[in-house]
Amino acid sequence: MDDPVSLSALQHFVFCPRQCALIHVEGVWADNSQTARGHQTHERAHGGGTEVRDGVRTLRALPLVSRQHGLAGVADVVELLPDGSPRPVEYKSGKAKPRLADEVQLCAQALCLEEMFGADIPEGFIYHVASRGRREVAFTLELRGAVLDARDGVRALLRGGVLPAPAADDRCRLCSLYDECEPFAPRDFPAGYDPFSTRMDGGS
Amino acid sequence: MRTLLNTLYVQTQGSYLRLENDNVRVDVEGARVAMLPLHHLDGVVVFGNVLISPYLIQRLGREHKPVTWLTESGRFTARTETPMSGNVLLRVAQHAASGDPARTLAVARYIAAGKLQNQKAALLRSARDAAEADQPILREAARDVNGQIGCLPLAGTVDEVRGIEGTAARAYFGAFSHTLRVNRDFFWLGERTRRPARDPINAVLNYAYTLLAGDCAGACQQVGLDPQVGFLHALRPGRASLALDLMEELRAVIADRAVITLINRSQLTPRDFILHAGGSVTISEDGRRTLIKHLQERKQETVKHSLTGRDTPLGLIAHVQARLLAQHLRGDRPHYPPYLHR
Ligand code: SF4
Repeated sequence: MDDPVSLSALQHFVFCPRQCALIHVEGVWADNSQTARGHQTHERAHGGGTEVRDGVRTLRALPLVSRQHGLAGVADVVELLPDGSPRPVEYKSGKAKPRLADEVQLCAQALCLEEMFGADIPEGFIYHVASRGRREVAFTLELRGAVLDARDGVRALLRGGVLPAPAADDRCRLCSLYDECEPFAPRDFPAGYDPFSTRMDGGS
Repeated sequence: MRTLLNTLYVQTQGSYLRLENDNVRVDVEGARVAMLPLHHLDGVVVFGNVLISPYLIQRLGREHKPVTWLTESGRFTARTETPMSGNVLLRVAQHAASGDPARTLAVARYIAAGKLQNQKAALLRSARDAAEADQPILREAARDVNGQIGCLPLAGTVDEVRGIEGTAARAYFGAFSHTLRVNRDFFWLGERTRRPARDPINAVLNYAYTLLAGDCAGACQQVGLDPQVGFLHALRPGRASLALDLMEELRAVIADRAVITLINRSQLTPRDFILHAGGSVTISEDGRRTLIKHLQERKQETVKHSLTGRDTPLGLIAHVQARLLAQHLRGDRPHYPPYLHR
């Protein structure tokens, strides 16, 4: 059986398959202020243990796994409703990511929780740290399908070991791997770039 | 976004480095001489007998900031490996390419082209600043180097590429002394010799190249390339061939330029050198300090990268090149693009 796909790889894949391959296949590591802030947010979310408020228990840094779907990871925050049924809550420090990357990650957590708790989970929440706003995400059949498609995509990437072509679109401005990826740099020598040039004006 | 952070170089013998909150604290003889925030550093380089606390080594490792140990005179001895160094797929691709003569030749030719282009540009630039009598000599050398560039596309083996490179190097170093405007009787360059250096220019060049090679090896490591498996330089146990390959494009731009500038500004003078019995020459500790300080400043200067077109600090060019090479080796770009300085 394949190793479980990590929830973070899933999210990277939905955002941009090349980003996923750079991180999980090429082992590229990049830090920037955004990911640094992300770590802090996570550290805060992962700092506590459990707490109870209004009958809702909050679990932090809960390890997740789904054998059935082949997924594994850690949930920032899971809330247990008074009836004991879990709801995942994902903390996000930046803006909402395009292409439902955050939603897919949250839904993947729900798939794990459903298996682990034997419960049906109809929705979860994304908490935006900057605006302190909480947004409900319904786990529709489509979103569940998107999770499994992304999982298959990650597996194919890991098996193939090939780096997908750059997205070279709006996503790249949000991407912490911009420098490593060089999405807009020409893949081959551009006009005017000639290492064998014998011009004598000091240019190339 | 990768930004150029400072490398902390510690030369004072007997210094002690440790972690204090999120800072590196440097003590000499029990007294604090420096306190540097960790997030301003991208690595630590220590020379000779300098102590580092285990906590600091581990913290730097976790943050992917390598520690490099050099001997007091600047020779490489060790570097920490951090959790993210090394990418097995990239290394396999690198080793496969290095075992393929056609691919090795292609990469070696482009590296040599980058080196020779930058030597030519450096000579032409020096000619613009030189005294009238020196200008024709420098231009002539640039033409000779240029002639060798013309031969590169025809080279059919890596050995031929090395031969072309050697011919160009003789032309380039033959004119090197003509880039100097002061203390020329003292600063003469016989021929390029490695250790022991027999003249002051070789002594300071050797030292500058050692520092630059260390930066290039660090760049390989950060990108996940194996610094020992090169293309232009022959594989030899104990030799960081790839780091030396990457350095070729940067020697004239960073190291040679620094030496010329420091001598012409009289920041390096005969007093910074020690002439030993038997004719060998070494650079003094003060001289080294001057060179390191200047190189640190120079690394912050930005240049427009010839391929990406982006403003890039000179100190990051080795990283950019390592990445471009990795992309070529992993099939993400058809050719390795050398760095062409303008
Ligand atoms: S820079 Fe763009 S193409 Fe490259 S990994 Fe990031 S989002 Fe994907």
